[in-house]
Amino acid sequence: MEALFVNLAAVLSGWLTSLGLSPIWADTVLLFVKWIIVITIITLNIIILIWLERKVSAFFQERLGPNRLGPFGIFQTIADAIKLLTKEDIVPSAADKLIFKTAPMFFIVVAVMLYTVIPMGQGMEVINLNIGLLFFISIGSLSTIALLMAGWGSNNKWSLMGAVRSVAQMVSYEIPLAFSLLGVVMISGSLNLQDIVAAQGKLWFIILQPIAFITYFIAATAELNRGPFDMPEAEQELTGGAYTEYTGMRWALFFLAEYTNLVAVSALMATVFLGGWQGPWLPSWLWIIIKTYGVILVFFWVKWTFPRIRMDHLMSFSWKVLVPVSLGNILLTGAGIYFCRWMGWC
Amino acid sequence: MVLDTKKNDNLNDVEELARNNILVTTFEKLWNWGRSWSFWPLNYGCNCCPIEVMAAGAGRFDQARFGYEVVRAVPRQADLLTVAGPITLKMKPAIERVWAQMPEPKWVIAMGNCAISGGPFKDGYSVLPGVDSIIPVDVYIPGCPVRPEALFHGMLELKKKVQQGEYRRS
Repeated sequence: MEALFVNLAAVLSGWLTSLGLSPIWADTVLLFVKWIIVITIITLNIIILIWLERKVSAFFQERLGPNRLGPFGIFQTIADAIKLLTKEDIVPSAADKLIFKTAPMFFIVVAVMLYTVIPMGQGMEVINLNIGLLFFISIGSLSTIALLMAGWGSNNKWSLMGAVRSVAQMVSYEIPLAFSLLGVVMISGSLNLQDIVAAQGKLWFIILQPIAFITYFIAATAELNRGPFDMPEAEQELTGGAYTEYTGMRWALFFLAEYTNLVAVSALMATVFLGGWQGPWLPSWLWIIIKTYGVILVFFWVKWTFPRIRMDHLMSFSWKVLVPVSLGNILLTGAGIYFCRWMGWC
Repeated sequence: MVLDTKKNDNLNDVEELARNNILVTTFEKLWNWGRSWSFWPLNYGCNCCPIEVMAAGAGRFDQARFGYEVVRAVPRQADLLTVAGPITLKMKPAIERVWAQMPEPKWVIAMGNCAISGGPFKDGYSVLPGVDSIIPVDVYIPGCPVRPEALFHGMLELKKKVQQGEYRRS
C-alpha cells in the first residue's frame, strides 16, 4: 500500500517504454498523466469541500444542512455545478473584455500550480524542486494580481474597491506568512519540502515552532480571503467584492480557485508544521490527506465562529502585531539554534 | 428604462433540433434537474415577509436542506428573485434593473399579499398592483406574512415547474 502510486507510475512508465517511446517522451507523457490526476483530485476535492463547508456551517448554526439530494445531500454540489455551467455568461459592455475574461483563468492556473511542489507521500510529488517553499510562496502571491485584474476589468465600483482591499490585505499578510516559514527553514536548513518533511522524523515543527505555526495560520487565513478576514468579498458592504460582475462558470472558477488555494495551503501547513506524510501504520499518502483535512476543518471552524473584522483593524493587526511577532520568532529561532550548537545537542 | 434582452434568433433552430434529437432533450432534463435543485435567491423585501425569510434560513426551518440557502447579494449570481413586499413607484426601476441584471435562466417568486396584489396598501397613490405588473412571476405565495413552510412549499412548487418544463427566455 505504501508505494501504491509510485509503483503504478513505474508500471505506466515501463509500459510506455515498451511501446517504443524514448525515455524523454515517456517522462513527458507521465508528467501529463500526473497533471491530469492532480486536476482530477482538485476537482473532486472541491466537490467534497463545498458540501463539507455547507454541512459544517449547518452544524455550527444548529441546522441540518443539505440533506435532500443523495445520502446527507452529497450530490448538492453537483446540482450547483450543473446549474452554474448552464447559466448565461454576461460580460458587461463597459468591462475591459480581455482582462475580465482572463482573470478567472489566471486565478485557477495559479492555484493549480501550487500543487507542483507539495509532497503527497513518500516520493510522490510532481516536481522535486530544491526551492519548493520559495516557489510556493511566490506563486501563491500571484493570485493578488488575478483579483486586481478582476476588479479593474469589471469596471464596477464594488469590484474595484474589493480588489483594492484584497491587494492591500494580501500584500501586507505576505510578509508575516514568509517570515513565519523562515524559522522552519532555519532549523531544517533546506527549502526543499521533502527535506523539510524528513527533518521532522523525530519531532514535528509545530512543537519547535509554535509561534510560527500560529502566525502562519493567521496570515494564511488572510491570504486565502477566508473569514474572519474575507474583506475582499464582504457581501454586506461590497455586495461581492472583485467577483461582483461575474456570472455562472466564470464566477465558479473563482470559487474553485479559492478552495484549491485552501487545500494547497492546508497541505503546505501539514507538510511544514505537522510532519507531512509521516505517521504510523497508515500509508504516507493517506496521512497527508488526513492531516490536510484536519487543517481544513480548523479553517472552517474559524470561519464560522468569528465575525468579520474591520479593514483598518486588519491592516494594523498585520503590521503592528504579526510582523514584529514573526520577526521575533526568527530571532528566537536563531538564538535557539546557536544555543543548541553551543551545548552540543545538535 | 431599456431592458437589455438578448437576441434569440436561434431559438427556433434549437427547437427544431430538440424535435429530432434525443441528446438535446436528455441534456435539457439534466440541466433542469441541476437548476431545480439549486435556486440561489436574491431577496427583495420591506419588513415583515423578510423576517420570515430569515426564519426560513435559520435553525428551526432551515432552507439549506433543499440546497436553497446560498443567498447572493449580487444579481449576477442569483437565479431566483424573491419579491417580498409592496412595489412602490420609487422601487419599480430598481426591481426592473435587478431583474435585467440577473443572468438567464431566472425565476421570480411573489411572496406575500403585497407582492401579489399590493395587499393592504393597494389603494396607496404610489403602490403598484403586484409585482407581475412589471416582471413575469413564476410562483405566487399568498400570506400576510408568509410562513416559512409556505415559502418552502412555493419553492418546491417552482422546482416541480422547472423540472417539468423546457426553459424559455423571458
